[in-house]
Amino acid sequence: MKSIRIDSVSKRYGQVRALDQVSIEVEKGELFGLIGPDGAGKTTLMRILVTLLLPDSGTAEVEGWDVRKDYRKIRRLVGYMPGRFSLYQDLSVEENLRFFATLFGTTVEANYDTIKDIYGQIEPFRKRKAGKLSGGMKQKLALSCALVHRPTVLFLDEPTTGVDPVSRKEFWDILSRLQEQGITILVSTPYMDEASRCGRVALIQKGKILGVDTPGGIVKEFQYPLLAVQSRDTYRLLQDLRRQSWAHSVYPFGEYIHLALSGPIGENTVVHLLESLNHQDIEVHSIVPGIEDSFMERMRAMEENGGIYPKS
Amino acid sequence: MRTIFFILRKEFRQIFRHRVMLPMIFLMPIIQLLILSNAADFEVRNIYLHVVDRDLSPASRRLIGQFAASKHFVLTQTSFSAELGFRDLEANDADLVLEIPADFEKKLLRENEASLHLNVNAINATKAGLGQAYASAIIRDFNNNLRMEWLDMPDRQNPGRFDITHSFWFNPDLNYKAFMVPGILVMLVTLVGLFLAGINVVKEKEIGTIEQINVTPIHKSQFIVGKLLPFWIIANIELGMGLAFGKLVFHIPIAGSLWVVFGFAAIYLLVVLGMGLLISTVTETQQQAMFIAYFVLVVFIMMSGLFTPIESMPGWAQKVTWFNPIAYFVDVMRMVLLKGSGWYEIRLHVYAMMAMALAVNTLAVLNYRKVGA
Repeated sequence: MKSIRIDSVSKRYGQVRALDQVSIEVEKGELFGLIGPDGAGKTTLMRILVTLLLPDSGTAEVEGWDVRKDYRKIRRLVGYMPGRFSLYQDLSVEENLRFFATLFGTTVEANYDTIKDIYGQIEPFRKRKAGKLSGGMKQKLALSCALVHRPTVLFLDEPTTGVDPVSRKEFWDILSRLQEQGITILVSTPYMDEASRCGRVALIQKGKILGVDTPGGIVKEFQYPLLAVQSRDTYRLLQDLRRQSWAHSVYPFGEYIHLALSGPIGENTVVHLLESLNHQDIEVHSIVPGIEDSFMERMRAMEENGGIYPKS
Repeated sequence: MRTIFFILRKEFRQIFRHRVMLPMIFLMPIIQLLILSNAADFEVRNIYLHVVDRDLSPASRRLIGQFAASKHFVLTQTSFSAELGFRDLEANDADLVLEIPADFEKKLLRENEASLHLNVNAINATKAGLGQAYASAIIRDFNNNLRMEWLDMPDRQNPGRFDITHSFWFNPDLNYKAFMVPGILVMLVTLVGLFLAGINVVKEKEIGTIEQINVTPIHKSQFIVGKLLPFWIIANIELGMGLAFGKLVFHIPIAGSLWVVFGFAAIYLLVVLGMGLLISTVTETQQQAMFIAYFVLVVFIMMSGLFTPIESMPGWAQKVTWFNPIAYFVDVMRMVLLKGSGWYEIRLHVYAMMAMALAVNTLAVLNYRKVGA
């Protein structure tokens, strides 16, 4: 049985299409990632699923309950952690947790085993006001509050945005352990590197789903040889590479430029070309494509195809 | 019920932890009471005059004509019995009753002396004081005119003289504070209800906690009651404190029953909290809510009859005050505290308040739902 079923859901805000015919299915007990840049529609989709927002068209079900009709049922079953920290800053850690437990008609003690893995880490500070916690601790408290009523489906909206790399890794470890308890988890993130921690991911951009696959599957789909190129003048490098007929795609990725090749061109050919164009400090090496490359490729293909991603 | 209790507990925790909230709730009223009740002064127009003319002589007509010509007085009624005049005074249909005795002209001509009687409704102390003074001035004028005319008459060398006696009803010492303090109390209670309640709901929106609340199974009604009830309680406590303070410091009279005052306040606060909730549904931040609440409050207070009598407002403005809850409560406070009115006398106020409570809260809840899920 599917835990989440989204069928051609659309939502617009005035002229902006936040979601355009989105369809996704998430299995029970799956750790599912919703990956896309800011403004892609991740939060809108989350808010529809947790019944905070109504879709304009299409249907969505959580654990078999319709988000329109059965929103009361869904609210009992799901845990939601919004992107922005939204607990009471003037209440203590313990008071926040107890308050949310009482809203679900339960107690912290009754569900302690579900949250002890996370809450245990901030319990020494239980008398401290939530507003005085560090970013990582706030996040753990928010997760504890979302879990205090033992939800069957957990929705996490960009839980790792603005969190340091160590805490991010720690947080994903926690999510893996929650998944082992049988909780379905839908997590959204703008960080491509986090996709590898998910069982399956959906790539989303401008309200459209670019593809749903395992992280490995998405990477595998990228079939062009890929080079990382660097020189002193990055902007000119970008311009020069884009002019080449054998350049399938050229995108800046941090300090490197990722160059996908459409023909059988060697690294040396590229180096020679750049030298002839007076580039300095040239560095070219072959790399294994990541999810981000695949994402950019899909985005490019979609735009070339007039906004529709070509079915392979 | 249990859920509401948990929300209440959370609200009170937050209120008592708030650095500004507590002083704002308990200190501000006392300071305002001290400052405001010692300030402000009025000019009075449109004093409703009831004339009991038992003489119906040229002299009495002339006197009445002079009253009617004055910009301060509006002649509402002429009758022949003092009872009718007093009834009008009681029903607030007249501010001043001028009694002209049956033998007024005769005495004036024969004995050169005649007496008039003025009854003044002194609930509005300033109005009563000024009204009495204006009336005396008109009568003095009338007296002087008579004198001049008679001096011209050869056969009448001694023009008539008469004296006026008057009594202030419901506020015998013309205590201005006894009139102001009940009104200011209304303002303070409204401040708590409208500002704090409205802001308290918007705060959840602003910091995003309303999202967390909305995905829990609690009903919107539970949430609303839980958010507003604390301020209903606090406003009532504040009213009690204010009355005690007014009694001890300003020695305001409490002629009527406190049950009536608090009973009416209970309904009145429903209206005010409903308005706070309504404001919170159309705003996103505490700042916006504050701004709108301030705007509403200033207009309502200015048109409440607290500082300037409603009777001296232009006709359209008087009609606007029919929809001003503060005007009703100010009126009720003065009627009950000074005049000793009971439920029967304020029944129309109660009905109006109930209707408003129903209308405002229905609107607020409907609007709240629309904005929510």
